[in-house]
Amino acid sequence: MLGLPISYRVWKVWRRNMVTFMRTWKVNFIPPFLEPVLYLLALGLGVGSFISDIQGVSYPRYIAPALISIAVMNAAFFECTYASYVRMYYAKTFDAMIATPLSIEEVIAGELLWGATRGLIYAVLMFPVLLAFGVIDLPSSFLIFPFVILAGLLFAGLGMCFTAISPGIDALNYPSFLLITPMFLFSGTFFPLNLLPPFIQIIALALLPLAHVVIVFRSFTLDMISLSILPSLVWLASATLILFIVSIRLMKRRLIV
Amino acid sequence: MEADFRVAHPEKAHAPDHKEPGSESAREMVVEATNLEKRFGTLVAVDGISFRVYEGEAFGFLGPNGAGKTSTMRMIQCVSPRTSGELRVFGMDTQEHPREIKQTMGVVPQENNLDPDFPVREGLIQFARYFDIPHADAVKRADELLSLMALEEKKNTTVEKLSGGMKRRLILARALMNRPRLLILDEPTTGLDPQARHLIWEGLRDLVSQGNTILLTTHYMEEAAHLCDRIVIMDHGKILVEGKPQDLVKRYAGDYIVEADSTQEVQECLKRHDIIFDAYEGRVQIFTQDPKEVTRLLLDECSMGGEVAARPASLEDVFLRLTGRTLRE
Ligand SMILES: Nc1ncnc2c1ncn2[C@@H]1O[C@H](COP(=O)(O)OP(=O)(O)O)[C@@H](O)[C@H]1O
Ligand SMILES: [Mg+2]
Repeated sequence: MLGLPISYRVWKVWRRNMVTFMRTWKVNFIPPFLEPVLYLLALGLGVGSFISDIQGVSYPRYIAPALISIAVMNAAFFECTYASYVRMYYAKTFDAMIATPLSIEEVIAGELLWGATRGLIYAVLMFPVLLAFGVIDLPSSFLIFPFVILAGLLFAGLGMCFTAISPGIDALNYPSFLLITPMFLFSGTFFPLNLLPPFIQIIALALLPLAHVVIVFRSFTLDMISLSILPSLVWLASATLILFIVSIRLMKRRLIV
Repeated sequence: MEADFRVAHPEKAHAPDHKEPGSESAREMVVEATNLEKRFGTLVAVDGISFRVYEGEAFGFLGPNGAGKTSTMRMIQCVSPRTSGELRVFGMDTQEHPREIKQTMGVVPQENNLDPDFPVREGLIQFARYFDIPHADAVKRADELLSLMALEEKKNTTVEKLSGGMKRRLILARALMNRPRLLILDEPTTGLDPQARHLIWEGLRDLVSQGNTILLTTHYMEEAAHLCDRIVIMDHGKILVEGKPQDLVKRYAGDYIVEADSTQEVQECLKRHDIIFDAYEGRVQIFTQDPKEVTRLLLDECSMGGEVAARPASLEDVFLRLTGRTLRE
């Protein structure tokens, strides 16, 4: 696959993570239910009461797709940074795996798929909560799920690149503060991008994957699907493919000596 | 400059080589390394070594820290690419057929890497999945091995709660899950107490007697002498000698060692009598097959004042003679 020695064995790595995740499912399942409730109460009702609407959309309905996008980003990115780093460096799980018929490419690809799955699980659990608040439309909102996987894979690959080059686990704080936090705020999540100076808008659209994820998800949850999301889809697909390959290469360079 | 470490008894010649044509060459070759080299940047960790391991053999790599043992094992495990040379396992090139080779190999790495997210028994079953072992077989095999390694009572314990010896036994059990044709053990008992060490040795001896092929590294002489049919002594990336442990002892340390306090007088007296000796830390060591005669000579003719002691030579003497007494990190 993609010129890499990747076979069905990636699912063995994926499954290993799924098994350990499900062992503590109760704890893992609470945040996806709780988070949208808190955000919708604080931002939707609180802040939103000062805002009549944004581009003809009520504020809670405006931020709902951003909440899913951010959750997917965080779940996938943090799984493939801190959690993967612990497995790689402290537990030496990857070392144990590559002494079996698994290849290093399969181990990392399995981790990336798992990171994407974390994002998907989060989105699936948030979905009924957002429905209950009446802030996403049916059935068009169901369309987000394949793109949740795509976005999850993207942020997983992004995280894995940092994991591959971090000298220590503390160094992972830098991408969290310097990349994820600004991206969380300046991707058209809680206010439209076009309120920003044009120069920053261009940077956001050129560099911030979350901006494109929000554009796509918002068109689905508001049932306003148009061809205008096509550039974003192309951007996301290309970035995902590149990050997938680059992160595997970087991890291989780090681990195979 | 090559020092000659052989014991000065040329009349008692012994087989110069380990190879017994007809017996070993008839057996299948499991590992075949030719001019194998591993560099890390400019550091040469493995410096062009050649060796062969045959089916059913327990083969040991003995050497001080930094000798290049782990680097060699990792190349054989197909997890570290070689810099140059040739390396075949089961007749297959390690770089071209890593999957096939790894499928039938078991590994006990130097550093524990048990999966901390799984309890003991479940961890073994999970590990079996990486080898495509059917679930029912994996369960059966895990239970067998847990009982073999005396870990039955710990089967639901988390890995972090195990003692050092238990972790090592569990790793050995894990390495055996896929019924490997070749078992690689990198310092299997380093840091264990004597009880735990003997338990592992027992297990390994059983495996050897059942005809399994074992490759181990160690810096415990006793371990190598105990378990290995054949060993190489490695230092600074090179193989210094190769042979059966008892042959190496005979060849490089003789049968006995006589030790005495070293004085100018004693050293001159020994030189006068053409007796080869090592002097260090205020002691002289004489490698001999006739300890009585050497002792008599020291006491009568060299007018030894202090203590004279004679003991059988061991692999440790060979090791120290060949690798020197300088401390390694
Ligand atoms: N990943 C690595 N990067 C750089 N140097 C290494 C690496 N692994 C081992 N070395 C060096 O290679 C030499 C041989 O190490 P090793 O094979 O671990 O020896 P041993 O197992 O006999 O103690 C040592 O000098 C060690 O510092
Ligand atoms: Mg070592």
